[in-house]
Amino acid sequence: MKSDHHLILRVIAKCLLPLITIYAFYVQFHGEVSAGGAFQAGIVLAVTVILYALIFGLAEAMRAVPPWFARGLAALGVLVYGGVGVWAMVQGGQYLEYQALFNEPPGGHDGQHAGIILVELGVLFAVAGAMVSIFYALAGRVAEIRDEDW
Amino acid sequence: MSSEVMGEASLSIIGVLLLCLLFVMGVAIARLRNLFAIVILSGIYSLVCAAWYILVDAVDVGFTEAAVGAGMSTVVLLGAILLTSRTAKPERRLARLGPFAVCVAAGALLIYATADLPAVGDAGSPANAGVGLTYLKINWADTGVPNVVTSVLASYRGFDTLGETVVVFIAGLAVVLLLGFGERALGETLRKRKKEDETP
Repeated sequence: MKSDHHLILRVIAKCLLPLITIYAFYVQFHGEVSAGGAFQAGIVLAVTVILYALIFGLAEAMRAVPPWFARGLAALGVLVYGGVGVWAMVQGGQYLEYQALFNEPPGGHDGQHAGIILVELGVLFAVAGAMVSIFYALAGRVAEIRDEDW
Repeated sequence: MSSEVMGEASLSIIGVLLLCLLFVMGVAIARLRNLFAIVILSGIYSLVCAAWYILVDAVDVGFTEAAVGAGMSTVVLLGAILLTSRTAKPERRLARLGPFAVCVAAGALLIYATADLPAVGDAGSPANAGVGLTYLKINWADTGVPNVVTSVLASYRGFDTLGETVVVFIAGLAVVLLLGFGERALGETLRKRKKEDETP
């Protein structure tokens, strides 16, 4: 790295990035009992990649999270969400009828829990992937953010 | 004066302060010409909005506003600034009158409409007495999920959320189709680095 006058920024960002990632997963998997959910978690997860790109450069970020991975993740998220609906149909229920996932009688909640967790995972993938793709598309237009631009 | 009343009063004072801050920032954003300052100020605007949402107990909305409004859209707009100029063109004085009239009219309509709004936390308001109350009553027996927001979002309104997810996906797809995947920048940087390595 030829210009290292952002040293403090880099060191602090290195400490913060894992914490932000853990927070994203906390929001994701705690969504059933507290505020926030997959949409927010997806944004927070995307923000970690964006923060990494802003501080360590776009090329480094694209090496860590390649553009093909980001767009694939977005498509996979929609597939997972739609797939849960198809799974319910295969089990004899209606589209996205979580109660039918394990053919439970009314009062059983395993299908609801599994369905909600899977669907939220799909939303997480779709939102995080789409946001990172949008950022790459915008930031990729400028070869390098010069220091005097800030 | 009981401590509960004191708490209520201080909460409403904080609310008024936050709303005043929003007003001042709105005027500042409208008058500024420097795009960088405008983007940063609108990020702060979203953050203050989020604080106000949390003050009126809309935690999920506040969280979303902080993540999307203050975080994501600020970054996207900063990226957009790099593609255009740093300051907005000054417009003619007469040309400002049209948008100003629209703003005043919309503001007057909104203020007129607030007279009909129910009080914060009013149990008899349509949002709390109608379908919302039904969800609160049947949610636990139906789904066993403690957070009603989650069960409404993912279970009762699963179809709507599927639509939202597809909308987010299509939005990303549209931006990528218009602007490219950003891989050209990566290739350019890598080529430049390779050239630097070859010529010491």
